[in-house]
Amino acid sequence: MGLLSVVCVSLFFSSTFAVDRGNFKTCDQSAFCKRQRALKPGQSPYRALLETLELSDSRLTLQLINDNNKVHLLLELYRLQGNMTRVKINELKPLKPRFEVPDVLIAEPPTEPLSVLSKDDNGVVLSLGVKNQRLIVSARPFRLDIMQGPEVLLSLNSRGLLAFEHLRLHKDTDKEEVGLWEETFKSHTDTKPNGPTSISLDFSLPGVEHVYGIPEHADDLKLKTTDGGDPYRLYNLDVFQYELYNPMALYGSIPVMLAHNTQRTMGIFWLNAAETWVDISSNTTGKTVFGKMLDFVQGSSENPQTDVRWISESGIIDVFIMLGPKPSDVFSQYASLTGTQSFPPLASLGYHQCRWNYNDQEDVKSVDQGFDQHDIPYDFIWLDIEHADGKRYFTWDPHKFPQPKEMLQGLMDKKRKMVAIVDPHIRVDSGYKIHNEITSKDFYVKNKDGRNYEGWCWPGNSGYPDFTKPEMRAWWASMFAYDQYEGSMENLFTWNDMNEPSVFNGPEVTMHKDALHGKWEHRDIHNIYGLYVQMATAEGQTRRSGGVERPFVLTRAFFAGSQRYGAVWTGDNAAEWDHLKISIPMCLSLGLVGVSFCGADVGGFFKNPSTELLVRWYQTGAYQPFFRAHAHLDTTRREPWLFGPENTALIREVIRQRYALLPYWYQLLYQAHKTGMPVMRPLWVDYPKDTATFTIDDEFLIGRDLLVHPVTEEGSRGVTAYLPGAGEVWYDVHTFQKHNGAQNLYIPVTLSSIPVFQRGGSIIPRKDRVRRSSTCMENDPYTLYVALSPKKFAEGELYIDDGHSFNYDTKKEFIHRSLTFANNALTSKYLFSPVEYCNIGKIMSCITAEMTSMSRFVWHANLLMISRTGKETPVDFEFDTSMSVLTLRKPGMNAGADWTLLLQ
Amino acid sequence: MTCVHLLLTLVFAVSLGTPVEIQGPRGVPLTKKQFYVENKPFTCLDGSRTIPFDRVNDDYCDCKDGSDEPGTAACPNGSFHCTNAGYRTMFIPSSRINDGICDCCDTTDEYNSGAKCENTCKELGRKEREVLQKMTEITKEGFLLKQHLIEEAKKGHQEKQIKVTDMQENKKQLDEKVEVLRTVKETAEQPEKEAKERHLKAWEEQKAAIRLEKDKAKMAEAFLELDDNADGFVSVSELQSHAELDADADGTLTETEAQGLMGGAEQVDMSTFESVWPNIKDKYHSESQPEEPAPVETPPDEVKEPVVDNDSEPYPEDDISEEEDEDDEDEDDYHEDDDKAPPTIKTPEKSHEDEDAMPPYDADTQALIDAAQKARDDFEEAEKALREMDDQIRNIEKELSFDFGPDAEFTYLYSQCYELTTGEYIYRLCPFNRVSQKPKYGGSETNLGTWGSWSGPENNKYLLMKYEHGTGCWQGPNRSTTVKLTCGKETVVTSTSEPSRCEYLMEFTTPAVCQEPANTDLSPHDHVEL
Repeated sequence: MGLLSVVCVSLFFSSTFAVDRGNFKTCDQSAFCKRQRALKPGQSPYRALLETLELSDSRLTLQLINDNNKVHLLLELYRLQGNMTRVKINELKPLKPRFEVPDVLIAEPPTEPLSVLSKDDNGVVLSLGVKNQRLIVSARPFRLDIMQGPEVLLSLNSRGLLAFEHLRLHKDTDKEEVGLWEETFKSHTDTKPNGPTSISLDFSLPGVEHVYGIPEHADDLKLKTTDGGDPYRLYNLDVFQYELYNPMALYGSIPVMLAHNTQRTMGIFWLNAAETWVDISSNTTGKTVFGKMLDFVQGSSENPQTDVRWISESGIIDVFIMLGPKPSDVFSQYASLTGTQSFPPLASLGYHQCRWNYNDQEDVKSVDQGFDQHDIPYDFIWLDIEHADGKRYFTWDPHKFPQPKEMLQGLMDKKRKMVAIVDPHIRVDSGYKIHNEITSKDFYVKNKDGRNYEGWCWPGNSGYPDFTKPEMRAWWASMFAYDQYEGSMENLFTWNDMNEPSVFNGPEVTMHKDALHGKWEHRDIHNIYGLYVQMATAEGQTRRSGGVERPFVLTRAFFAGSQRYGAVWTGDNAAEWDHLKISIPMCLSLGLVGVSFCGADVGGFFKNPSTELLVRWYQTGAYQPFFRAHAHLDTTRREPWLFGPENTALIREVIRQRYALLPYWYQLLYQAHKTGMPVMRPLWVDYPKDTATFTIDDEFLIGRDLLVHPVTEEGSRGVTAYLPGAGEVWYDVHTFQKHNGAQNLYIPVTLSSIPVFQRGGSIIPRKDRVRRSSTCMENDPYTLYVALSPKKFAEGELYIDDGHSFNYDTKKEFIHRSLTFANNALTSKYLFSPVEYCNIGKIMSCITAEMTSMSRFVWHANLLMISRTGKETPVDFEFDTSMSVLTLRKPGMNAGADWTLLLQ
Repeated sequence: MTCVHLLLTLVFAVSLGTPVEIQGPRGVPLTKKQFYVENKPFTCLDGSRTIPFDRVNDDYCDCKDGSDEPGTAACPNGSFHCTNAGYRTMFIPSSRINDGICDCCDTTDEYNSGAKCENTCKELGRKEREVLQKMTEITKEGFLLKQHLIEEAKKGHQEKQIKVTDMQENKKQLDEKVEVLRTVKETAEQPEKEAKERHLKAWEEQKAAIRLEKDKAKMAEAFLELDDNADGFVSVSELQSHAELDADADGTLTETEAQGLMGGAEQVDMSTFESVWPNIKDKYHSESQPEEPAPVETPPDEVKEPVVDNDSEPYPEDDISEEEDEDDEDEDDYHEDDDKAPPTIKTPEKSHEDEDAMPPYDADTQALIDAAQKARDDFEEAEKALREMDDQIRNIEKELSFDFGPDAEFTYLYSQCYELTTGEYIYRLCPFNRVSQKPKYGGSETNLGTWGSWSGPENNKYLLMKYEHGTGCWQGPNRSTTVKLTCGKETVVTSTSEPSRCEYLMEFTTPAVCQEPANTDLSPHDHVEL
């Protein structure tokens, strides 16, 4: 008996600390996935009807026929500007329209003319513009191949897995297969009035062994093959206490996969917002490195190939094939389709202090004071759901937060800010303004019977506004106006949680698929719901300032395009070492598909971290884009000063390192905003030919110039970091110790160590005067850290604007300088036209700059600062021979001006 | 170009911005001004290097200890001194110089940030003095009260010690009394025991005789029953008619078996039957009586019951353990009561054969028993009194052993409770015992911790009390409460909060922590700096 009860207790116990897998579907439990996966590679039943080919200037259309059921499909091919191909397949004559995802593409992608190179009975060859690049349409069976010269880059339907379940009348089905017209999971029945509607297509990638992306999964950076297991699932879900290293769906979905080898990087963007599963297989799976080498030596190697298959529950096939060839090309290609990372307010790159919950105004005040007492900078303090009056968002608990403006003013006096949560589930309560307005405007999502959909969430019975409606989003945005959102001020920002949407009593803790958004089923739009919530919220924040101020909105659910609206975090992680580790690949994967502003809850959300874990997490989080500590209601307090003076000092130190680097972070976010380049990157992005970098996900680059290898092992005494780049050098940022590239470097560590390296050849601007908040550092001088390459060269950039408004864009009020060190001279030049500069100059002229240089040559002559007028001023300097560090004392140039520093 | 020009102008403005009236470098306290001598080389205060004086406060950090930039934000570890005339002087981290936030009430930290700071030192000084005055008054009165408390505690302590001594004296006497009564009891019990045994033995002999009689009658009856043909002999075949006598339980009594029972004889007469009777009497069924009911088997329920019990053993639940916790003390009381009053009424031994009841004691025996009972009662009463005395002594000793502060000033809190009612709950602090929380509108009480220890900082541990091991939290620790003590005239719980889940903080004022006012003369300090 005793033994039994022990077992019971331990089962109970362990189940509380891990995901309840039974709550979520496997492919086998998802009828369409099971159906589609039952199809095995083979001869495709689809045939292209070449006689139907029509070619206009920008598009080619062609009918396909399924020889089994004679249903006609319409294929559309577009050649898009920037080396992309779009493939659309829909039913030629669907019973009713099938859903096509709106609002993800920033515009109809501009096309380029397609031309037919040749055509015969077997198919058509089209030119794709880029040299030697062709698209071959084969007729029977239907397949597409994109080729460059003699090389196949990518093939579609080469394994014959194109499958398009056409819309049909219920009586059409002669055999009642289970799950076609109704599907039950646990206690929930999904009525499927449209019957089976799923789609599937396969892609083959010859020569590719490494594929990445399709977040969000708590898994390694390099995607694994899915043979013998479940496919990677994309279905936005609120997963309680998620498990690591598996393909289960999480809070967000970005259906973009990157394929990379030493020659080329490509991307596949599957534009579909329904539940999606992605299968990956590879012909080199299981082969050891030795086996591959043997193949190579013996010449018997078959070309490595990765095969991918996408399966979605509804909608159409709409695929963008981004052909690179460089990683940066793929990023800009994807950015040209879905937009870039929003350019956040500078302050949001500082440190965020969050907890579920800061109990009341007094609590907020004392935490704020705690930061000053312990001289730790921070920019944002956050309020979770308990701040609102009965979980009615846009309101304040009258007892705990009776004077929100007073509280916000107190923060503003210290140039700090606040975030309050606004979730999309709305308490059904006739005394609640928001609920009443949504009801009267008929903005709620409807259930299958046309009544307002209701589900359980934090407030109890809740309605879910239909964010897919533009009118609804406009109304929601208007709720953020200062006169609508009582107690709000310009330093109050927003956090959208639970926007998968989370429905506690819904199937898989989310909304019923047969709920209705206008004429579309929730099934069609599920994965984009969260994007719309953040979109409307960000719009509201922008509008409340008359379009002047940049918004800051954090979201948990996301989709392709979400990068345009703010930051993303990895959801409810746990205070465990593995969760610290996984934060790296999770944010790297997001960065690869556009979402640069990513972070994980520092310290871990569930459970209490050990002090060592907490310190290590701060040291890791400080070097990730979105830097926020957060904790569950049931955890003990963990503000940075609660772990003894030594640990307070360690945390203070790393937060200060973060603040000193803010100019670099800001410049990288600007770059991401302008170009789509990820801020936090896998090494292979900048070292695409170095195969050693392809699977690394325990270290990463920030921009091109900083390499970080966080310590993520308990009790670690050392880490081995891979420093890439043959012939390059890396400098330890703390000691200026120089190391050669293309080596595995063992670094002994103590609890205070954070292995960070600056690339030789780079110039990084810092603000070494760390203050209470980033806004307090606004007028502080810059220090340029010049790390010379072996060829005594370095380059970098400096970007400056007001840090919070859209004036950088609307009025071009910014400074963007290119900094170059060559031939013993450091030169600052415009990156953009001088007209912009003079407007800026008036605003920014108060900026002075210190110059610090780290160099490897001995110094024995004068140092001159030469302004653009040619005036020469001598500059004091110091030279530290031990590490060959040259420090220029107070050269005092204007950051916005042209100048040259000459070492003679 | 415009910009460069503007910049230069601004840099100029900075250097001109230094107010003339301040002597010596900005941000240096009076005590250190001697190290900053105009136009003489400055040596960093850590002695690490010497720099020209024009590098002091030139907005560039030259000294590792930050001492060359006391008035700028250039050094990461520098500190800035504000005089704050009218209020108290202050050091702030140099990172707060010109950050746009007014830190020094005399505005000196914001000389170049554009922040519009007002000199609030006078106002602050006035307010502080008011507060100080109030505090001093409170402290004064509180300290007086504390003296009373200390005196009372001393008195109480002495009284208690005297009481303990007295009680220990009494206890000695009681001890002796108990011993005497024990002897009396034992002396009285000896004859009682003997008389009882005699009585019992007589009765048992009588019972044996009766039983023998009965057996004989039964045997005779059986003989007559068995002797079917009434020939005065019981034969093998006659015996065989009684199948219940079957030895191998195959349902029939064979001839051989019957013969075996009869000791090998073919037939036996009445007197020989006496030797056969013991072989068969246990199984023998009288023909005239109805068959005896089958022996009642052990009810299976008895086996089952514990299983059921174990199965239904509830998961450990907060609520349950909560109640258990709360009941702990009460239960202890019950146990004590149990000990003191053991169930005395014993049901007389019941047997199926009521007719065989033991006859009453004879008068002599009864007298012995009564005498012994009285001796027992007397002894037990005395022993109980002794135990009570022990408890009392132990309680007082426990109280005396508590750390009630260096002067026992916290003694008065012992066995008291203080309540605070908030929006939702009634909080109850019983110092040196426990802290609890009870919902205002019904619901059970939650233990927020029982007395653990003083846990203030090393220099005065009596500023914080720690109550630990309260009711457990779901997925969390056991509840605990820290009680922060501040000087006040009254003994009141002023606030409670739960800064962290299940970790409570209670603020409590008491005169017992009031320190002797250092200086009765009330004067704004830092006059020197004026």
